[in-house]
Amino acid sequence: MVEFSSDKMKEVQRIIEFYPEGKQKSAVIPVLHLAQQEFGGWLSSATMDYVASLLKLEPIEVYEVATFYSMYNLKPVGKYMFEVCHTGPCMLNGSDDIIAYIGEKLNIKPGQTSADGLFTLKTVECLGACGYAPMMQLGKNYREHLTKEKCDAIIEECRKNSSMNN
Amino acid sequence: MGKKILIDKVHIPGIRGYEVYRREGGYAAAEKAFKMAPADIVEEVKKSGLRGRGGAGFPAGMKWSFLAKPEGVPRYLVCNADESEPGTFKDRYLMEFLPHLLIEGLIISSFALGSNRTYIYIRGEYSWIVDILEEAIAEANTNGFLGKNILGTGFDCQIYVQRGAGAYICGEETALLESLEGKRGNPRIKPPFPAVKGLWDCPTVVNNVETLAAVVPILNMGGDAYAKIGIGKSTGTKLISACGNINKPGVYEIDMTISVEEFIYSEEYCGGIPNGKKLKACIPGGSSVPILPANLLLTTAKGEKRMMTYESLSDGGFATGSMMGSGGFIVLDEDQCVVRNTLTLARFYRHESCGQCSPCREGTGWMEKILHNIEYGKGKMSDIDLLWDIQRKIEGNTICPLGDAAAWPVAAAIRHFRDEFEWHVMNPQESQQRNYGLAGYANPREVLV
Repeated sequence: MVEFSSDKMKEVQRIIEFYPEGKQKSAVIPVLHLAQQEFGGWLSSATMDYVASLLKLEPIEVYEVATFYSMYNLKPVGKYMFEVCHTGPCMLNGSDDIIAYIGEKLNIKPGQTSADGLFTLKTVECLGACGYAPMMQLGKNYREHLTKEKCDAIIEECRKNSSMNN
Repeated sequence: MGKKILIDKVHIPGIRGYEVYRREGGYAAAEKAFKMAPADIVEEVKKSGLRGRGGAGFPAGMKWSFLAKPEGVPRYLVCNADESEPGTFKDRYLMEFLPHLLIEGLIISSFALGSNRTYIYIRGEYSWIVDILEEAIAEANTNGFLGKNILGTGFDCQIYVQRGAGAYICGEETALLESLEGKRGNPRIKPPFPAVKGLWDCPTVVNNVETLAAVVPILNMGGDAYAKIGIGKSTGTKLISACGNINKPGVYEIDMTISVEEFIYSEEYCGGIPNGKKLKACIPGGSSVPILPANLLLTTAKGEKRMMTYESLSDGGFATGSMMGSGGFIVLDEDQCVVRNTLTLARFYRHESCGQCSPCREGTGWMEKILHNIEYGKGKMSDIDLLWDIQRKIEGNTICPLGDAAAWPVAAAIRHFRDEFEWHVMNPQESQQRNYGLAGYANPREVLV
């Protein structure tokens, strides 16, 4: 069942109040972020329909937004998503090596999720960390100045966090 | 030592919070502004010569004076924090470490323009910065600089932070407004310009983070004093985010009086190229601006020293010059491959094209494919001319400047490094085997799929 908790509903209300009355369509992008975070890291059509009903929009108005922006996942992803930048400045600093290394270590290619469902590897375009390259986004934060050793440590950290939560 | 007026206090511990920021002279400009008439604030900004720091370099005061003021219609100020131009990470630095500087600049600008609801549209990936900004906004509210009847002037203002969700195109001001209205980021046809018909069809000003932050020192020192810093029409200071193959990547504030050579090699700034390598090329203003080979970067075609100013960087036009752009300064050392660098940029623009205009939607994809073939030893000599032809047909034929931004890097790479493209075509084996990156671990063919 797709439904926000009462706490999250308060957050939705707070977002809607950012905009003048009747302009709650503007809330679709932040509310989709919230929905993706709450409902398993991706947007199913049930989730998108739910967001549409909350904001009194037609479902298509939500679909067209969800399919336009690259941060929304339209299919299930692993518990931890490594979004590694590979645009110009990161490439100059060896991002291709990092992507290949993570891929080999987890036995996945960019765009795939590991068999245990823990990790998804994704290549992304410039995230604005060019001076601290190579880098990846992991959840809310950036991990910068990546080396193979740092990637090992990040993978270990994720495995440890995951087993602690279970 | 250059003059610093924007990020001079960034290293003071606790400057991110209201108390320390205030103790260090923060919000004095806001207090001053609220004693002035809004039109006089606009006048100060005009006098300062401040140019838009997002990339286009359009005079900010002039943009403000275009704002329509019909009776009974709300006006909006929107801060463009969608920083997505490859090589650019200066706004992030400002917001992360000096959030109150931006908030103060926004308060002053909102008062000057009469915006009671002001939005910061920030790229979705900078999600931790949203918390920093919201905390600063809450502090400004508590201390009476936001909310109702600010400092007893009768002026009400609130600032809201809106996250994007991953789209370079939303840095274009009309696409940003579409996104802020909860739609896909498709740029609008101009005119009407946002100053007349912007957010929810109301008059709107959209300015970059650095531009709005610069309003604070302008108010503090006065527009005339600000205009005295720098050379010619490049007034004030500019944040440069330096990256690529340099010893000290990071964000630097420069007063626009130093040379490009000094910026790259002096210890105060980039600190030279690592491992004693030579400078090969540089993209001085974010990925969209033309790449320049070392000789043309350091000296203009006229033989003058090239300076870090709007005018000097664009000296010679696109034939022998480049642009200041967003200040994203990307340095390539002698071992880097221009074809490969151009390929990653072409891929970027293909990925970010909104798909509205066919020259850009189709052309960016073709350019990426052709560059991919050349890079991986499957190119033909005629491909180089084909590439030139495609970029020429994109430029100027699209609703927004993304088409130009995609065309320029390809054009400049061919213009200045044609021999490197030809080398790839003539040496398919070597170009496949060439080793890129740090340790030669990757087989780039697999990575790129």
